[in-house]
Amino acid sequence: MSDIKQARASLVRRILEGVGNASPYERRAAFNNTVLDVTLGTLVDKVATHADRVIDEDIAAARESGFSEDQVFEIVVCAAVGQATRQYDTALAALEAGTRKE
Amino acid sequence: MRLRILDRGHGFGTKALFALIRTVSRQPVLDVIKLVKYRADFYGGPMSALTHEAMRGPSPWSVGDRELMAAFVAKTNQCEFCTKAHAAVAQGAYGDGKRASDLLSDLDTAAIEEPLRATLLLLGKLTREHAVHADDIRGVLAAGASRQQIEDALAVCFSFNVISRLADAFGFSVPGPEAFEAGAKYLLARGYR
Repeated sequence: MSDIKQARASLVRRILEGVGNASPYERRAAFNNTVLDVTLGTLVDKVATHADRVIDEDIAAARESGFSEDQVFEIVVCAAVGQATRQYDTALAALEAGTRKE
Repeated sequence: MRLRILDRGHGFGTKALFALIRTVSRQPVLDVIKLVKYRADFYGGPMSALTHEAMRGPSPWSVGDRELMAAFVAKTNQCEFCTKAHAAVAQGAYGDGKRASDLLSDLDTAAIEEPLRATLLLLGKLTREHAVHADDIRGVLAAGASRQQIEDALAVCFSFNVISRLADAFGFSVPGPEAFEAGAKYLLARGYR
């Protein structure tokens, strides 16, 4: 799987730095799970930590606080990719440590 | 689906493709397809390329093993859609429905190879606790998995920790087994691109 690192980098670069409806700042904050807005922050944190607990009202609240459907789409994608990235990076560091020759 | 754009916001060509899928498969278009086809340049395109490499690229793991890992990660995240979808693909890849269902119902007692069991336990811990440590890795190596196998399994885990989150957050509909079987046939024949 030699292309995985490149494919992952392309995905992250696209969602964070490419053209979008949510601002790069909002997408980066969702990726890092550091959104300050309480309503949007609740949704982002649920996506990152317990996505199975997201309910209709979480999405509706984000829309009512002024975010368009396209912005919510992008922010939720960034939140999911961000959490999976943190897990993956942590695991790769453990793999390096666990296979290092003493 | 909780966002209307994911259900109905696609362009004319994509809507025509969906109509063709419904006609040929005689099944509804799965919500995961609607997601990856919506503004595909933003998420679906790069994510499909990544997932195809993780699930169908060269690896010491078989396609069945990787599909089982996908279902296991989804089950750990309590994502019904992805668990059922990838259990169906694993079943098709193995040609043995019992192996996939036994393993997903009880990993500790299922009759499987130790390297695969230890790797699945690692993915389960990473998914549940969001972290693993060097000792966890050493345990998997001691069970007989190679470094390459662990690295490849972590790539599968990454993909399905993204996809299962999106399935639950966007509220994917969970169709009947016939729709998942049709989806599994497609994924086994064509992959994720």
